[in-house]
Amino acid sequence: MKSFFATTGRSLVLIAGLCALWLLLSGYWNYATLVAFGVFSVGLTLWFADRADVVDREGVPTSIFPRIIPYMSWLFLEIGKANIQVAREVLKKDIKLAPKLIKVPAPQPSDLTRTIFANSVTLTPGTVTVDVREDSLLIHALDESFADVPAICEMGDKATRLEAKGDR
Amino acid sequence: MLLILDILSFLLLAAGGAFVLIGAVGVLRFPDFYTRMHAAGVTDTLGADLILLGLLLQVPDVMTAVKILLIIFFLLMTSPVATHSVAHAAYAGREAPLTGKLLLREHVPLSPEAEREKELQR
Repeated sequence: MKSFFATTGRSLVLIAGLCALWLLLSGYWNYATLVAFGVFSVGLTLWFADRADVVDREGVPTSIFPRIIPYMSWLFLEIGKANIQVAREVLKKDIKLAPKLIKVPAPQPSDLTRTIFANSVTLTPGTVTVDVREDSLLIHALDESFADVPAICEMGDKATRLEAKGDR
Repeated sequence: MLLILDILSFLLLAAGGAFVLIGAVGVLRFPDFYTRMHAAGVTDTLGADLILLGLLLQVPDVMTAVKILLIIFFLLMTSPVATHSVAHAAYAGREAPLTGKLLLREHVPLSPEAEREKELQR
């Protein structure tokens, strides 16, 4: 229970998030019994989360808000562009690919931002993170044109900047 | 207004369906495991998202819209994890990717022990 009070701020964020999720998914706003069950389930989840010790910097990543929102919209555009490129490769009459394994530095100071970076790379079609190492990512690129190391590094820098310096 | 929404959602659904199909064709046409995975990625990013956006324009109420948005969110969070774990499993199983214009199996992944020794030597 000690950690419960040490992480009050995060617990409150988790409570707010869980309540919002319950209300949005169920849609019951004015049935007292059902809302009480909702409150009970939120409490139970919170207790489990506290017991499993996941109410921390990574389990409830408050540090990346609100910067994650412009990042996600930028990522959406990138995904769209890359998808069209891959689709074009698929529809070519003769498939002439030059796949490549590249090593991209991942200097992110925290595991959270490195995970976001690796997942963003995977989410963009044409590049898949094959291995995550201490300070670099091993990425499989579908073709030479996808193996654009500076562009991938820029994505990594954006992921790094999701966390402000004070939050680490 | 309703007609415009219907046309827009028709276009999104058709485009999404087309991308799902392209992904499937890619899985069949591409040469090896890793390249096929990229084609499958088209299906679960743009294909699924366009179909869900098309459905978003057909919702009867806000509740359903919120649920569709949540599906998009969770799909976006979970699909790269699944893709990475499949790719990493292949890599850890020492499946060599075809690389370069000649599609040679040059980069055979080392076993984890050999990898660690190489890292230590550096």
